[in-house]
Amino acid sequence: MNLPLWRTGRLTDPRTLPLLITLALFIAMFAYGSLAYRGFFSLQVFLNLFIDNAFLLIVAIGMTFVVISGGIDLSVGGLVALTTMISATLAQNHHWPIWIVIPLVLALGALFGAFQGVLIQYFRLQPFIVTLGGLFLTRGLCFLVNIESITITDPAYTQLSEFRVHLGEYAITTNVLIAAVAFAAAIWLAHFRPFGRYVYAIGGNEKSALLMGLPVARTKVLVYTLSGFCAALGGVTFTFYMLSGYGLHAQGMELDAIAATVIGGTLLTGGVGYLTGTLFGVLILGVIQTLITFDGTLSSWWTRIVIGALLCVFCVMQRLLEKHTTGRQKHRSDITPVSGGRRETTPATAATARTGTLDQLA
Amino acid sequence: MNTSRLAAMARHPLALPLIALIVLLVVNRAFNATFFHIESKDGHLFGSLIDILNRASPLALVALGMTPVIATRGVDVSVGAVVAICAAVAAVLIGGQMHVENGVEVYVSNVPMPLAILAALAVGLICGLWNGTLVSVVGMQPIIATLILMVAGRGIAQLLTSGQIITIYYQPYFFLGAGYLFGLPFSLFIVAAVLLLLWLLTQRTALGLFITAIGINPVASYFAGVKARAITLWVFGFCGLTAAMAGLMISSNVKSADGNNAGLLMELDAILAVTLGGTSLGGGKFSLIGTVIGALIIQTLTYTTWSLGVPPEANLVVKAVVVFIVCVTQSDQLRQWLVRKPLEA
Repeated sequence: MNLPLWRTGRLTDPRTLPLLITLALFIAMFAYGSLAYRGFFSLQVFLNLFIDNAFLLIVAIGMTFVVISGGIDLSVGGLVALTTMISATLAQNHHWPIWIVIPLVLALGALFGAFQGVLIQYFRLQPFIVTLGGLFLTRGLCFLVNIESITITDPAYTQLSEFRVHLGEYAITTNVLIAAVAFAAAIWLAHFRPFGRYVYAIGGNEKSALLMGLPVARTKVLVYTLSGFCAALGGVTFTFYMLSGYGLHAQGMELDAIAATVIGGTLLTGGVGYLTGTLFGVLILGVIQTLITFDGTLSSWWTRIVIGALLCVFCVMQRLLEKHTTGRQKHRSDITPVSGGRRETTPATAATARTGTLDQLA
Repeated sequence: MNTSRLAAMARHPLALPLIALIVLLVVNRAFNATFFHIESKDGHLFGSLIDILNRASPLALVALGMTPVIATRGVDVSVGAVVAICAAVAAVLIGGQMHVENGVEVYVSNVPMPLAILAALAVGLICGLWNGTLVSVVGMQPIIATLILMVAGRGIAQLLTSGQIITIYYQPYFFLGAGYLFGLPFSLFIVAAVLLLLWLLTQRTALGLFITAIGINPVASYFAGVKARAITLWVFGFCGLTAAMAGLMISSNVKSADGNNAGLLMELDAILAVTLGGTSLGGGKFSLIGTVIGALIIQTLTYTTWSLGVPPEANLVVKAVVVFIVCVTQSDQLRQWLVRKPLEA
């Protein structure tokens, strides 16, 4: 049964199609840059994408899990800033050793994520409002710790920040190594552990997951814990990248992380998504920035506009694919869920289907 | 008889926000003896209370626009960006210069002021309708649909102002955000007008019923013949319009437009104000007066932290704690737990 790839139907599978489009878009953008600007087509430019976006990739990994489970986490940018702030204060002003500071901030991030997860799961609160409160809280706490920016001169931090792995004439930083390990661990967690299955199952249909006897409550709390942990790890790498702690660091990073996740083909309604897609989503955001830097005439605000436009295109595409698949399933099984066969397109429908079910069960 | 009426009053949905507001005001009075003083200078009223009312106006406007959106089970996180865009449009169109001709100060704007204001309002409406289209026609989740404009909006605002903070030199425009009418700040009249319009539309026509119906069950309301799509579209459009008004008010008050910082985090404050006022985030229940009270609570809270000498940044922490408390007390889960344990006197 060795069918060629284009006949297996995988190319048009709505689960993998956005991923392929993302991949093609990345290649096209990189190719365009290579043709348009001198010096763009080099391995170092490609590696710089990872160096400059390692922290975003780590944060986006956590976000991908949350979005696949059907939720959203808006607190990650604030948590990154808080991590840089706590790390800088402890390492710089109180001279704590790095091997205490880093585990401590990672634990704090995970704990904060767990707190949000508990609120969302056990009080049945909407993820976006809880994590919005989390964003307020983390940013506010940053400024309570210190209003100024703290520069880090601690030798352990500067050494790790300046550490390079040389690959011939090219080099990568500590952050890239951390991101690579985090990415590998996330793939293992998502595809080779029961936890990953549970997350996909909950995102697909929480009611079914519950009826199947899956540990829904535990998994959902763990998903937000993981996201908090990833944000803290992103904060640690961001500290290495900037060598400072500041309450205004990583502003709007939650939006970048969501954008990278969505552009990577993860469905915002949950249940569908790949970490590889998120990787390319992050790379696309990086390429946009690199293109604008290479161009030199375009102003920085075009980054936001282009990301917004891409986000829009991918969201509309998701909706069209969703309609297409539901239409196909309807045709196949010959069941029309609502009379007249016309699907109600009010956006809240999807949300109802997810949030309403548990209350009915309880 | 009297106690039962008191109990009924305590159960009124507006009781809790009102009590919160009164407690905050009393706390302020305890720290500042002149807090309730209102004096009249040149026929204008001055005082802490007037100041709070005036400063709460832009937030109250945005929150009023947000209330029907949340009542239809939506949310609009792009309002902060829309505020920035509309402020930028107005600032760029008005700009303005002051000449002194024959000893008389003459103010010249780039474009006639009414035209500039109309343009800014139109841009706000278009932003809102764009969100509404994505939600009701394309069928996206509201938070995602409005996230797009939230991401791109600040970029667009900076594009309009070329990344600069645009200063406005046109005296008549300042009336909008800092002027006085009948001794009261003019911004209060705008908020009152919007509140009255919304109240008439939702209480004196069937629109309020339709909005709650969509919030309770979109599918059922659709089959009951409610034009869910059109209503959702225009509810978002209206939200954009109120954000534009707030943008005009803010830019007129600070006499400039800053694409990066105008209306920053305003979406969060607006959602918080709406929630504080007793509007359910799950949709299907809303209170316009409650929203205004919510906006006043937030502004009083800000005022309190300032007057207590706490760093203004701590405000964020206080707001976050309020969000968590309000959400948890609103949740049905908590009520179930409380009800399960019968009261033992």
